[in-house]
Amino acid sequence: MSQFLQQLINGLSLGSIYALIALGYTMVYGVLRLINFAHGEVFMVGAYAGYYAAWLLGVERFEAAGQGFPLYLALLVLAVAMGAAALLGVLVEALAYRPVRSAPRLTPLITAIGVSLLLQNVALLVFSPNPRRYPAILTEVRFEFAGVIVTNVKLTIFVLASLLMVGLHLLIQKTSWGRGARATSANLDAAELMGIDTGQVIRWTFATGSALAAAGGILFGLDQITINPQMGVLTGIKAFVAAVLGGIGNIPGAMLGGILIGLAEQFTAGYLSPDYRDAITFLILIAVLLVKPQGLLGVVRTEKV
Amino acid sequence: MSKSPTLRVVVVATLFVALFLAGVALRANVIEYVQRIVLLAGINIILAVGLNLINGTTGQFSLGHAGFMAIGAYAAAYVGVLLGPLVEGWCGPGLLADGLTLNLALVVGAFFSACAGLLIGIPSLRLRGDYLAVVTLGFGEIIRIVFTNAEFLGSATGYFGDEPAGLREYTSFFWVYVWALLVVVGLYNLTFSQMGRSLVAIREDEIAAEAIATPTTRLKVQAFVISAATAGIAGGLFAHMQAGIRPEDFRFEKSIDMLVMVIIGGLGSISGAVLGGIFVAVTLELMRDLAQYRLVIYALLLVVIMIVRPRGLLGTRELFDTWKKKSGPSQGSRA
Amino acid sequence: MRPLRRALPYGAVLLGAWALGACKPSAEELANATGDIVVGHYASMTGSTAHFGQDTDKAARLAVDEINAEGGVRGRKLRLVTLDDRGDSAEAANAVNRLIDVEHAVALLGEVASSLSLAGGRIAQRRRVPMVSSASTNPKVTHVGDYVFRVCFLDPFQGRVMAVFAKKHLGLSSVAILRDVRNDYSIGLSDAFRKSFVELGGTIAVEQSYAQGDTDFSAQLTAIRASSARAIFVPGYYSEVATIARTAQRLGLTLPLLGGDGWDAPDLFKIAGDALEGSFFSNHFAPDMASERAQRFVAEFTKRYGQAPTGLGALGYDGVLVIADALRRTKTVEPKALRDALAATREVDGVTGKITIDADRNPTKSAVVLRVTSGHAKYETTIAP
Repeated sequence: MSQFLQQLINGLSLGSIYALIALGYTMVYGVLRLINFAHGEVFMVGAYAGYYAAWLLGVERFEAAGQGFPLYLALLVLAVAMGAAALLGVLVEALAYRPVRSAPRLTPLITAIGVSLLLQNVALLVFSPNPRRYPAILTEVRFEFAGVIVTNVKLTIFVLASLLMVGLHLLIQKTSWGRGARATSANLDAAELMGIDTGQVIRWTFATGSALAAAGGILFGLDQITINPQMGVLTGIKAFVAAVLGGIGNIPGAMLGGILIGLAEQFTAGYLSPDYRDAITFLILIAVLLVKPQGLLGVVRTEKV
Repeated sequence: MSKSPTLRVVVVATLFVALFLAGVALRANVIEYVQRIVLLAGINIILAVGLNLINGTTGQFSLGHAGFMAIGAYAAAYVGVLLGPLVEGWCGPGLLADGLTLNLALVVGAFFSACAGLLIGIPSLRLRGDYLAVVTLGFGEIIRIVFTNAEFLGSATGYFGDEPAGLREYTSFFWVYVWALLVVVGLYNLTFSQMGRSLVAIREDEIAAEAIATPTTRLKVQAFVISAATAGIAGGLFAHMQAGIRPEDFRFEKSIDMLVMVIIGGLGSISGAVLGGIFVAVTLELMRDLAQYRLVIYALLLVVIMIVRPRGLLGTRELFDTWKKKSGPSQGSRA
Repeated sequence: MRPLRRALPYGAVLLGAWALGACKPSAEELANATGDIVVGHYASMTGSTAHFGQDTDKAARLAVDEINAEGGVRGRKLRLVTLDDRGDSAEAANAVNRLIDVEHAVALLGEVASSLSLAGGRIAQRRRVPMVSSASTNPKVTHVGDYVFRVCFLDPFQGRVMAVFAKKHLGLSSVAILRDVRNDYSIGLSDAFRKSFVELGGTIAVEQSYAQGDTDFSAQLTAIRASSARAIFVPGYYSEVATIARTAQRLGLTLPLLGGDGWDAPDLFKIAGDALEGSFFSNHFAPDMASERAQRFVAEFTKRYGQAPTGLGALGYDGVLVIADALRRTKTVEPKALRDALAATREVDGVTGKITIDADRNPTKSAVVLRVTSGHAKYETTIAP
């Protein structure tokens, strides 16, 4: 029983991180009908931005002195990483995606794969392939209930991810930018005719999605201890599957999908075999496409000529 | 190709003899290092032309051809080890036995890859092309995981056949280029057949194609299965050239290499794919000292080509279109 | 596409010129070579296991320079040519061909990864160029043929070392195994460990696995926590091992970890922090208990590269020593003679011990076990074959 609860908690925290990343995929897909393959790399760059920010703020000194990293500095690290990732997301959109926006559908997809490869391999050159230990911007505290171990890191992941998702929900439902984004998502051309600056909406969509991915990156680093330049590849794909599972283009769906994928992965690893933890994600994807291609919370959208 | 049947037989026979002689000449005169790169180039041609059918002609998108290649490679390797001694028992050791074993193994490899293609194609090809990209990517990963865990195929160490004979090096210049020729001619004829035109129609406008009663899903699945089978053949040739294969040889990067071959050549151009295949084989070797920059360069190439020439360097055109002074059939259909 | 089409003929001419340069050299040209003696080295210098290739190469270069400073081999200088194989077996085969055909290497220093040594070794064997693998521990490697040698001990031995150590020295009766399924080295070691440990009367409480590149090990460790294991055998590479140690610490799992030479990397302690305290791993040599020969190597290496050598580096160094020793004992650099000389290698004074090549072309060596104490690996004991 305690083992089951332990796997459940680990699965939930992993799932929350997937959910944060999945939001970026689903938002971009919503407005542009594009699988932003580079999103996994934005997540990775976000994690590295947090790493360097923490380092610049002297996290090593606090570690050496055995003191905790002050909360305001930790929040500053989070803000820096989110800002850096948002900037990268907007840059990628402006330099790579905008020129091919009106091209045949395959062109943006190949561009996205190219950008993803480019970011990943530049990161391999700049950061080196060796994994790095993530700085302790949160001093770990362990709680034990009936053989189940919960750390404050896991709790923070869950709380912070929930807060960010609620924030996003409010942003989309209550602000005028959110209204514009929803209109663009429904029909880009019509939204443009209605006087919505769709270029602006797309930029902000990339910025928001990337910032959330960066938050995911920092949480991932804290949770998984090390980061490396290739961490975005599989994590990104899993988050994308989460978005498809929840219903691509659907924001609550991305959160639900993320949690479900995290749990599925953790339970597969714990009870079946860790060898198939990655395979299960793809089996879920194929099953969803076969049975319910619109996803759990998605609506069927007929493609117009 | 409206020539008389006799002429056609003569042409084909001459080609085969020429290939055989070229192979003998290559073996005798050129260092083995270059021989191997020439073989790799031939295998790349098969890969690129096969992938082009899906990514270029049909406008779908596979990122998992390394997986199909792996299936073909493992199946062909296994069958080759199994059949090798048997075939030698029938007709004695020699070129004949080697060729027979190799080709039987290749056919089995292609069959297994085609089956995998069918299995993946049916669920994902009912949907839009970008899902196919993710499903095939995932499929490639799963295949690698399966081979990594398959103990009878050597798990992570790789499959080298059982001692003492083991996996033999059956692949020769002659057979690589016979198969390259078969695949190129076969897919050329397919592209300019009725099916090929329907595939192009799917690429240009799937809904419109469906509206004129094109069985889009069935055609897409057929094309996908054929493409998977060619990757399987390439995998089989690779396995018998390398005389040992590892799951790690079929990483995602391999699929990217194939994608680069197709895009450099031009999405939809068979001669382009041939050039792309040769280009990648040669540049890989020339860039050995720049290994860490290789994927950066490939990635930049992808992005820049997509922005500047969305259809790839050659576009859908064939290299000899202009030499024939008349436009090929694919040109008419381009928007 | 006019420019491209115009460029085509030029491209063809270039390719042709390259092919002409690729013609086979005559036997006469090769026999009259009097310049440097080339030793070819193929290794993963880039990619995820790049640090193995780089460590080996640094030490091999040190060895070559030291030999040359003492006057080389029979008046001729040694030259090490290193080619990157990017951790890919097709590339490894290409690299070996290039070393033989273009660089005219008389002997090869092989890969760290066993599967790549197998791929390259097959070519070396077929082309009759002797190859010495520095650190490929899979038994299959030297089965390739009589031209393939190695200077390291084998997986079955190293697995048995840790089994003996766990049972006899630590007195453990129940151990869990956590192995890397994507790594043949890890599989070989855990198979050998399991066999020996059970033979000695111990039990394997639970077996779990992961794949190289994974970062989340909480599911496996949670399962191990629920078992009766008193230690965990983790024969993997350092980056995953370090993360596993930290995750175990986080899950309140205080069992010691046991491992092999794949742990040996400076980054191990950077990532693991104090999570590995009291753990043990086997290795080829212990810097703090080494012979005078090894002390000198450690000092020279540290002076030159600003970092301490790893066990893999030591093996790369020894690989060059063994090749040079064989070259000294032959009259010509002809491959057959060199092979016979390598097969007759006796008592070469290497960093990792005295190296004697047996009939199976493997060395007979003992292993050391190191204990992790306050962020350093300290000599614990030696276990002989």
